[in-house]
Amino acid sequence: MSTLVLLTMTGLGLGALYFLIASGLSLIFGLMDVLNFAHGALLSIGAYGTWWAASGNLPGAGPGGAGFVLAVLFGTAVGTAAAVLLELTVVRPLYTRPREQVLATVGVGLAVPALLSGIWGSDARTFPGPEALSGTFSLLGAEVPVNRLVLIAAAVVVLIALRLFLGRTRHGLVVRAGVEDRAMVTALGIDVRKAFTLVFAIGGCAAALGGALGGLYFGSVDPRQGTSLLIFAFVVVVTGGMGSVTGAAVASVVIGLVQQFANYYTAAGLGDLAVVVLLAALLLVRPRGLTGRLA
Amino acid sequence: MSTVTGTPDRTSGTPAAPSDAPVRANTARLLRWWPAVVLVLLIVAPYSALPLPGLLDGPLGSPGSLQLLATCLLFGALATGYDLLLGRTGLLSFGHALYFAAGSYATNTIMLEAGLPFAVSAPVGVCFGIALALVLGSVSLRVTGIGFSMVTLAFAQAGSILVSRNPGGFTGGEEGRAAPAELLPSGLVGIEHTANLYWVALGYLVLTLAVVHWAVRSPTGRVWEGIKENERRVEVLGLKPYGFKLSAFVLAGALAALGGLVHLLLTGGSTPQTTTSDFTLSLLVMVVLGGSGTRWGPMVGGILYTWADHRLGDLAGSGAVADLPAVLRVPLSQPLFLLGVVFVAVVHLLPGGLARLPSRIRSVLRATSEGAPAQKEDRHS
Amino acid sequence: MTTETLLAVRDLRVLIGGRHILHGVDLDVARHGVTALLGRNGAGKTTTVRGVLGLVPRTGSVRLDGEETVALPTHTLVRRGIGYAPEDRGIFAGLTVAENLRLAERRGAGAPAYPLVHELFPELKRRERQLAGTLSGGQQQMVAIGRTLLNGNRLIIADEPTKGLAPRVVTEVAEVLERAAEAVPVLLVEQNLAVVRRLAAHCTVLADGRTAHQGPAGELLGDAEAARRLLGVGHGPAAHVPSRNAEEDS
Repeated sequence: MSTLVLLTMTGLGLGALYFLIASGLSLIFGLMDVLNFAHGALLSIGAYGTWWAASGNLPGAGPGGAGFVLAVLFGTAVGTAAAVLLELTVVRPLYTRPREQVLATVGVGLAVPALLSGIWGSDARTFPGPEALSGTFSLLGAEVPVNRLVLIAAAVVVLIALRLFLGRTRHGLVVRAGVEDRAMVTALGIDVRKAFTLVFAIGGCAAALGGALGGLYFGSVDPRQGTSLLIFAFVVVVTGGMGSVTGAAVASVVIGLVQQFANYYTAAGLGDLAVVVLLAALLLVRPRGLTGRLA
Repeated sequence: MSTVTGTPDRTSGTPAAPSDAPVRANTARLLRWWPAVVLVLLIVAPYSALPLPGLLDGPLGSPGSLQLLATCLLFGALATGYDLLLGRTGLLSFGHALYFAAGSYATNTIMLEAGLPFAVSAPVGVCFGIALALVLGSVSLRVTGIGFSMVTLAFAQAGSILVSRNPGGFTGGEEGRAAPAELLPSGLVGIEHTANLYWVALGYLVLTLAVVHWAVRSPTGRVWEGIKENERRVEVLGLKPYGFKLSAFVLAGALAALGGLVHLLLTGGSTPQTTTSDFTLSLLVMVVLGGSGTRWGPMVGGILYTWADHRLGDLAGSGAVADLPAVLRVPLSQPLFLLGVVFVAVVHLLPGGLARLPSRIRSVLRATSEGAPAQKEDRHS
Repeated sequence: MTTETLLAVRDLRVLIGGRHILHGVDLDVARHGVTALLGRNGAGKTTTVRGVLGLVPRTGSVRLDGEETVALPTHTLVRRGIGYAPEDRGIFAGLTVAENLRLAERRGAGAPAYPLVHELFPELKRRERQLAGTLSGGQQQMVAIGRTLLNGNRLIIADEPTKGLAPRVVTEVAEVLERAAEAVPVLLVEQNLAVVRRLAAHCTVLADGRTAHQGPAGELLGDAEAARRLLGVGHGPAAHVPSRNAEEDS
């Protein structure tokens, strides 16, 4: 029983991390048809930003208490800024060339991890975190690490915030409409490119937050973390339907749990394999999974 | 689609502004033979002791230089084969590494586990790669667009995970597996035979260029081009794109599997790095850098990328870079960072890649010599 | 014509995927009433409209009230006062009726004319919370036209608003357009010649991506031979042109 609980919580924690990456990825693809290969890099920037601040480089920030919150905010802000910069300087000039947009993000996805390892080395760095979050708590007889709970809570907050944004604001309305028919949105007199920057900011913010809290989950940061998570985020996006935030949330939970349980109860690595094969299978069975609607 | 014939040395080969027509025609006729000249130069390169400071660490014919050159040629060929999908058929595959690794791993495994000599294992290994491309290609091509890209990515990732998990001890996991030297042809083993390996790589490049050249000019190749331009119009003509796309996929897969074989010989083993999606992405970068859909572009991109990747790595370890301030030292010590940045810059500023550079320069020169404003490039061509 | 022309299109050319769809279209939309844009299937009517709006890359001249707009992005041009109801209606299926209309609201364009829209289409008021994708074709067309009436537009462009609708609904849509045209000039792409005859004062006929004829609508439709030559149809009260939209600008 305790194993089951631990696996479930770990799976949900992982799923929460996937959701933080996949929600933005899904919105960006849904609205702009850009599969953002640099999204993992945004996560890494958030992770390194937080690590840098929490390691005592940012006045007021630190590994514990309010200092850590400040560090997370800093990392998230840096990641958001990087996402906006990415959209404005790399993606936007290629507006009329969709394939080149993807290629450009591939280039950024290669360059950023290389830059990070150039500055801070290619080895994993220990991630400082508050005492309170490094412990465990008892749940149905299992000792569950608190950081799982932090990730899950963050993902739930992001999900609610995204739902409110999409459902209740005019910008959200524009994003939802743009996912369906971008050209028609401009034909109604709306500058849809502002929405592009916005979804990049939102996606970058969520991914960077995922990076900041992912550091707690993994206990360390390394330059390739984001990129290696990206493939699983792709799986989530395709499973949940492109452009669908709720779909991404459900898919994240399913993928996270499947991966954890399969890795534990069968050979190690089989869970990863199962998830990747699931991606191929889903695309083949449901090729329209890539043109989903917002829900 | 413009096929641009460029000068072999793109870094310095700035075509002069032509002054009078007959001279120009003569030069053009001579220039048409440049590939043969370059080939002859490449064939005799191992006999040369020419030092190329900066470009190569040792003299041209030294084993170290030949090893690097062979790797460059191998990747030039791989990129050329990959462009059969990207530039010729318009298929963005993120899983090309799989077929390359399949050729290498299958051959190596057969030698190691069945004890069969290379001459037997190699054809079987390549056939395995082809069969894999046929099976996975026929499945992947059921979806189009970015869906295809992601299915290929998923399959390649599955392969990568399999290899790194080392099932049954066949793949050697993260370490990879060294090839059994006693089963390889003796002339292809050991540092004293680097020249032979170099010629193998050169042969592979020539073969790939020939096959791609022949294939894109065949009737099938013309359908590929049609598919790239507008798949629906090909359908309207009553042709089924699926079969044509599959033929491109399998041919590219076969060339990649063959390349895996060359890589196995060149490095003396199979490494899991060749299975990763990063490996495919680097092929993508090479192709786009050099010029997708052109005859020489992918090759040039592959050679330059590989050379830069190795040489920049060496440069980073040298004292010249270590003494630089951090702002310069950090990016210079990371070849992938520089390549990534150059790649993004090429995507933005030089659509068509380096292969377009000569014609760009020419048009700029012409425009300035005529005193007319530079003509705007037609981006839709 | 100049003072009477609201929208003047000259030598409009559109090149998509290396292929010329339009080779030089001239089009004048009158300052009052309905101007019809006619032509056989595939003549380039929809592409002309999309080219005018900048939804496809184009060259030439598009003057709205004398101001050149060909360099403007679509949304800026539309904000200068164009309401557009596209060929496929351009409804956001996953959004409610109210959200579809709200999307068309423009800041700084005065209060949106919901009373007018709801008066013309009481159904839209009743179905406010319904997802637009679940509406009937006629109701979706009401949303599409309703969006063009919400703002004080200077020009309404309606691309085949009666296509695929039941005869009763066709009449309803025609009535609304007629009423709208009393206040705002309308550029109407239409295959249904009965509707054209009822609404249009002027017409432009396209053939093979070029302007083949411009003039009063009644004159063209009254000339059986010219109508057959330019539009490929005979004329009569029940002249329904079957829409083979698969060929249209594909």
